[in-house]
Amino acid sequence: MLRDITLGQYYPVDSVLHRLDPRTKLFGTLVYIVSLFIADNLFAYAAAALFLVTAIYMSKVPVKFMVRGLKSIVFLLLISVSFNLFLTPGTPIFKIGFLQMTWEGLKFASFMAVRLIFLVLGSTILTLTTTPNQLTDGLEKSLGFLKKVGVPVHEVSMMMSIALRFIPILIEETDKIMKAQMARGADFESGNLIQKAKAMVPLLVPLFISAFRRATDLAMAMEARCYRGGDGRTKMKPLTYARRDRLTYLVYLMYAAVVILLKVLL
Amino acid sequence: MAIEIKDLCHIYGQDTIFEQYALKNVNITIGDGEFIGLIGHTGSGKSTLTQHLNGLLKASSGDILYNGESIYKEGYSMKTLRSKVGLVFQYPEHQLFEVDVFSDVCFGPKNLGLPQEEIESRAKEALSLVGLDESFYKQSPFELSGGQKRRVAIAGVLAMKPEVLILDEPTAGLDPRGRDDILGLVAELHKNQGMTIILVSHSMEDVAKYVSRLIVMNHGEKVYDGTPKEVFRHYKELETIGLAAPQITYVVHALRERGIPVDEDVTTVEEARDEILKLWKKEESTC
Repeated sequence: MLRDITLGQYYPVDSVLHRLDPRTKLFGTLVYIVSLFIADNLFAYAAAALFLVTAIYMSKVPVKFMVRGLKSIVFLLLISVSFNLFLTPGTPIFKIGFLQMTWEGLKFASFMAVRLIFLVLGSTILTLTTTPNQLTDGLEKSLGFLKKVGVPVHEVSMMMSIALRFIPILIEETDKIMKAQMARGADFESGNLIQKAKAMVPLLVPLFISAFRRATDLAMAMEARCYRGGDGRTKMKPLTYARRDRLTYLVYLMYAAVVILLKVLL
Repeated sequence: MAIEIKDLCHIYGQDTIFEQYALKNVNITIGDGEFIGLIGHTGSGKSTLTQHLNGLLKASSGDILYNGESIYKEGYSMKTLRSKVGLVFQYPEHQLFEVDVFSDVCFGPKNLGLPQEEIESRAKEALSLVGLDESFYKQSPFELSGGQKRRVAIAGVLAMKPEVLILDEPTAGLDPRGRDDILGLVAELHKNQGMTIILVSHSMEDVAKYVSRLIVMNHGEKVYDGTPKEVFRHYKELETIGLAAPQITYVVHALRERGIPVDEDVTTVEEARDEILKLWKKEESTC
């Protein structure tokens, strides 16, 4: 049952995007997100769409997987679209009671919807083509400058990668405890909300205890191997930029220039 | 006939690229009051098999009959089945959650919807069966030693008064003393309570002494099924599937190779000692 959940949705194929340095992809996603907020006309959105379609094509990830990521925002999308649609003042199209739909609202709402969809798709490409570990590695190195102002970048990224690493383990553990309690007649499915919440106690208590036990064990194991935080720690696979990364940055630059030009000119 | 397993197959991740057979055409009949050792290497399907017996996993194909009735029949009560077929998981102490030992043991019978008096009397009985007296009742289960915690967890399943008790690696992570204690306890449950017991393990040494029947699993299939003596005759084949017969089997076979006619069917150190002493005396008397 719980085994079916896929987390950290990395899609393992070999593509140019998969081989890119995670920093390049992170920066690209950032550029893309910013560009979406700058864009305010049809042509800029067309440029953004082109950029997105190219990226999806190059990632070799089936479109089906991309669209699956959109399911989670359907609700958010509906709310924001309807708010924009009905609550923007302007030339009315029609009116039902106190709700009125306006042309301006329609324009805002459709831009908003496109923006949200592009946003999610853009970041989905990042997580589909980058393993969680690469991602944290990339973040650690990209945000390294924050260390100078006292942000514990390495520690935070270590925490992130440990958390990600333990998700499948805890899922398995949950599955096991659930089965053990079901063998003792526990019932997790039927009953009303309060009964269901109460039924979680025999699951959550052992789960928390096991999480703490694992945390202590891990801390001990890390200390036994002389872990002292990030200072002076070397990596087995240090991140290095290749030619394709430099080319990609060039593409980002061109894309950003196009979006800004379109904004200034139109 | 307590449990009949018929052509049981289980496939993990069916219809995906990760499809994998965990059980393949398993046929086993388990009679009332049997004491069975279920042996197999890691990933041989032994744990998967046990989880089918109380309906925690559903077979991809095949059938399981409990007392002649299919457990996959429409409307068959899983709750009743789970109270009849008690399953003690590996590291059962990891499932303890209550504030004190007594209420944790009460969890099972409470789920069966029994009256309060019955719940309490069952919990007391179960705790005394595992050898924990009243001084433990109000202790937090988290303050006990490893072996004691395991006893509490086993009592938690016993309190449901199962007819069949399945224990998945009940000795994992225990010291030799704790191991002998738990196995002794299980043997006693079989003898005094007449429970049908299935002991899952990867250690022949552990189970050989206690069980009357051994079932060996490998790659999701049943390989051997018989008395320990019968199974240990295949000690060379057992090695190829990553298992080993008890050490004494090797000693006996080494002796036989040197021309000493020790009975090859001895399975425990005590039997071997008696057998060797017998031969010794015979030799002395003939001299």
